[in-house]
Amino acid sequence: MNNVILVNFPFIVVALLLAVGFYTIGFKRNLIKVVIGIEILEGAVNLFLIALGYVKGAYAPIYTMAPKEAVNNMVLPTPQALTLTSIVIGVAVSALMLAFAVNIYEHYGTLDVTKVRRLKG
Amino acid sequence: MIEHLPALMIAVPLFGAFIAPLLKKKGSAPAVWAIIITTVTLGIGLLLVKEVLAQGMMVYVFGADRPTLVLPSGYRVPVRIIFEVDAIGAFMALSATLMSFIGALYSYSHVRNETGLEKYYALLLLLEVGILGMVLTGDLFNLFVFLEIAGIAGSALVGFRNYRGEASEAGIKYLIVSAVASLMVLFSIGLLYGQYGNLNMAYLSTQISFNTVDMIALGILFASFAMKCGSVPTHHWVPDAYTEVPSGINPTLLVATYASLYALFRVSFSLFGKVTMNMSSLGWIMSILGVLTMFIGVTMALVQKDVKRLMSYHAISQTGYMLLGVGVGLAVLNDPAKLAAFGRDAMAGGIFHIINHIIYKSLLLMTAGALFYVTGTRNLNEMGGLARKMPYTTIAFIVGAAAISGIPPFNGFASKFLIYETSYQLSPIFAVFAMVTSVLTLASFVKVFASAFLGPPVKKYEEVREVPRSMVVAMLILAALCILFGLFPNVVLDKLVYPAVDALLKLSSYQTWGGLP
Repeated sequence: MNNVILVNFPFIVVALLLAVGFYTIGFKRNLIKVVIGIEILEGAVNLFLIALGYVKGAYAPIYTMAPKEAVNNMVLPTPQALTLTSIVIGVAVSALMLAFAVNIYEHYGTLDVTKVRRLKG
Repeated sequence: MIEHLPALMIAVPLFGAFIAPLLKKKGSAPAVWAIIITTVTLGIGLLLVKEVLAQGMMVYVFGADRPTLVLPSGYRVPVRIIFEVDAIGAFMALSATLMSFIGALYSYSHVRNETGLEKYYALLLLLEVGILGMVLTGDLFNLFVFLEIAGIAGSALVGFRNYRGEASEAGIKYLIVSAVASLMVLFSIGLLYGQYGNLNMAYLSTQISFNTVDMIALGILFASFAMKCGSVPTHHWVPDAYTEVPSGINPTLLVATYASLYALFRVSFSLFGKVTMNMSSLGWIMSILGVLTMFIGVTMALVQKDVKRLMSYHAISQTGYMLLGVGVGLAVLNDPAKLAAFGRDAMAGGIFHIINHIIYKSLLLMTAGALFYVTGTRNLNEMGGLARKMPYTTIAFIVGAAAISGIPPFNGFASKFLIYETSYQLSPIFAVFAMVTSVLTLASFVKVFASAFLGPPVKKYEEVREVPRSMVVAMLILAALCILFGLFPNVVLDKLVYPAVDALLKLSSYQTWGGLP
């Protein structure tokens, strides 16, 4: 029983982070907090990808200069490449979102999403 | 040369996008540069369509000569980045290149007085790259990357007029929606990768066994792509984004939306195509979402005073037609008799409606942009009597309005008629809703025409003249396409649309991409 929880611990954390992220996006009124919520979601998805490719006690997936015992005992490299790409994209998204938030604060004088509502109808 | 066309489709606009910021202090040089690059891409797109229609599906592998190469250990799965271009991908790519060209042409005069134009054109070309990547790729992770590129470039363009607070508001709404949707796409890609250890769509579709985790992945993918294409429960971002974006970007942004729709079709027909038994319920969900989308969109449009916002709500409503058409086809996918009787025609109607809608909705949004250009307002109640001052815009508007309402000699009729006929055979209620929506569409466009173009001339606008020539040319090209597609629908259907439908239906030809078992 204990072992099941330990093995699946990263996935439990992923589920918790997803819940926290969606809660933050849905129920917080401050725009910066909404941006943080999206960052939490992104962290959850990245952790999920890394946890998928993890092999317990295995070596880093670098072929050059790898020791003999690392053959056929490496962490999956594809999820790590995917996660790197996803982190880079995430930086661009959060930078753009924060830029929008700054611009909204300049024009509306508030970051409260219930008051930033000039577009409606 | 010919075999490198799929890579060139991405490389040329990407090159253009990174050169554009260098032309900062050169007057109208970025605009000319963007027009040149989009023209070249349009040429490559035409060549690609010709090649795909003549030779069948094209498979392009990055970093290898042919897709059949395997790992040194003999492990036979596709590991490289593979572009798979079949008829529907080529069809979407042609729409994207054509609309980027029209958008760049229109922007030449429309945004001339803004600052930061080199960034504007760089983002326009990046948006084109995102769309082309999404529709050409055969790899799930690449799909996610290009989805994000299109999302970031699109929302930066929505917020382009950053001296208006509303633009930033619409931009952040669009960005939050696309960030959440694409993160959920990445999550379900992770679910599929964890089970099958591969990212290639064609390979995955041979492996899928449709267990519980697959069903969760399908649900998340369906919801995310439906969110990105503006289907009803999550349509709130569409009117804001389409209203605030400069009119020259509207055509490209429309295609970006329908690239998500393409991804939705690709997921339901190709990725999960093997499990046909369970797909008919998905088809019914898609059709019902389509009917709700078209009806709610048009009722929201009727009450609008802002001309561009009214047209944006119509964009939601027209997306419903495409969902309905293809959803009817998906619902009868596992019933060959019904599929031959009306399912294939329904899908043809839905896919034909994509290109028709892109053409006439871009035309209408451009006329709205032209009205804004000369009057400085988008409020219908402040306009009047502009028909005599702006004859070309008026003609373009009449053609577009007739086409969107489905009046016979124009292109909207051809695809809508296919959808009425075929959805009636699945359930008469669908057809009734589709026709009522068309009538309401006509009603709201009569309102726009009467208040903006007819009526007594307003004193404030006595001095206004027709918009500059490049805007007129862009609008007239689209109006001509509206009439041509309406007069000869059979040519387009036979050459472009039915091959695209068959590409979606024939799963086995999509899976045989390199001779691997």
